[in-house]
Amino acid sequence: MIPDLAHLRKDFPLLQRRVHGKPIVYLDSAATSQKPAAVLDAIRRFYEESNANVHRSVHTLGEEATALYEGARDRVARFIGAPRREGVIFTRGTTEAINLVAAGWGRSALKEGDEIVLTELEHHSNLIPWQLLAKEKGARLVFVPVREGELDLEAIPRCVTEKTRLIAVTALSNALGTIVPLAPFRAAARSVGALFLVDAAQAVPHLPVDFNQIGCDFLAFSGHKMLGPGGIGVLVARPELLETMPPFMGGGEMVREVWPEEATWNRLPWKFEAGTPPVGDAVGLAAAIDYLDMIGMETIRSHGTALADEARAALAAIDGINLYGSKENENRGPLVSFNLEGVHPHDLAAALDQEGIAVRAGHHCAQLLMRRLGVAGTARASFYLYNNGDDLKAFVEAVRKGVDFFRSLRLS
Amino acid sequence: MIGYGERVLDHYRHPRNEGSLPSPQIRHEDLNPLCGDRVRIEVELGAGERVAAAKFRADGCILCRAACSILTERITGSTLSAIGELQAAGFMESLEVDLRPARVQCVLLPLEVLQAGIAAYRRGMPP
Repeated sequence: MIPDLAHLRKDFPLLQRRVHGKPIVYLDSAATSQKPAAVLDAIRRFYEESNANVHRSVHTLGEEATALYEGARDRVARFIGAPRREGVIFTRGTTEAINLVAAGWGRSALKEGDEIVLTELEHHSNLIPWQLLAKEKGARLVFVPVREGELDLEAIPRCVTEKTRLIAVTALSNALGTIVPLAPFRAAARSVGALFLVDAAQAVPHLPVDFNQIGCDFLAFSGHKMLGPGGIGVLVARPELLETMPPFMGGGEMVREVWPEEATWNRLPWKFEAGTPPVGDAVGLAAAIDYLDMIGMETIRSHGTALADEARAALAAIDGINLYGSKENENRGPLVSFNLEGVHPHDLAAALDQEGIAVRAGHHCAQLLMRRLGVAGTARASFYLYNNGDDLKAFVEAVRKGVDFFRSLRLS
Repeated sequence: MIGYGERVLDHYRHPRNEGSLPSPQIRHEDLNPLCGDRVRIEVELGAGERVAAAKFRADGCILCRAACSILTERITGSTLSAIGELQAAGFMESLEVDLRPARVQCVLLPLEVLQAGIAAYRRGMPP
């Protein structure tokens, strides 16, 4: 049963447009989400009424901007169950948040021979920062494998050893839609005294996520995938860890006292926010969170999962379609990853585009996983709260049409 | 549903020069980092650095595979210096298909692989 969120569609100006003469069917929210008018209005209102730099301006606009920026931090902290506002760092996105941990914690704490445990599901943003760090430090990366589309949780005890210093995993695979059970990773990290980082870029927009409940040390996500603007993301961390970490970037805002040869650092969270922060984007992110909370993350989760399940069932009935990802219903999130036999996913996506349907095709920044699946890439339809049964119908119809079309190309 | 053009479809359905060569002087392989498509091109040279045979292998879309086929057909019999003058714009035009911006790289990958292979050959690197 798909929760009825049809009334939300009118809140999204972009969804009113047409592509190739057809109403847009936007099924690429795992790449980036569309924005409701409430978010666009909040950003516009900030620039029209309160725009100023934050923290050091004593004039009225400066005070308003500071209150809005720090208010956005409190809003994020409440939404994500952060222990304290000092542990909520605004970054440019998930990628920068993970790089912050790699540079701040990794450079100061990691030693030769140490190990970092990842999974084969990881997006490159939760892989490459660790590769760079491991090369620099002589550390080793260990991967929990994917077997037949499932993350092999039984391999965790083999992968986590006394040498493990960090476990970094995605909470929801952007390529397969797999919802990763985090408890076994947390337990494994605790058992050897390792830190635990969660890449929640896909999870925070689509599932209820609570930092304290997960019991992790770091959690990263991006504003643009959760109805917010591009260019802002969040690192949530235990403040006592952040205290021990050196700064990530240097510049204004992150310093307390400065001499020619050295400086002392600002208090948390500003120690990790060098330069003028993206105030308007933070305001937009807070408005996005208000919007998500108004609907409720549980409702959003069941809506997205129901759409993806129906899509999967409809695709499975089409001859020549291969589906990827977990076979367990409860482990599947709001997207479906698939291929049409003998047809490159790019060709399929281009054909769907002609019908006004936006899906993603390629390796989804998860080349390790694609290699494991034995494919160059997949097509991916990802759903969000503004999608409805009509989108689903148009999508499945277009895939059927595509199947006939590509067959006719080969035969003629 | 989508227009590929007769020339591209012909080469997609009946690819010319797919496969490999026993002892090519030029062999290069690369991928498109955006989508993961992978192309390998091999070239056997005759007298006067004239292409005696060219073969490709491609894990790619219709446009990419057709472009490999058209490119290898086109360079067979040409000298390396003539191939060096082959420009991206001219090559794209020869495909006789209306390319959307997102698909341009699909057809340029084979050309770039070939040019990188020629450059490596010029530097005296073994294939």
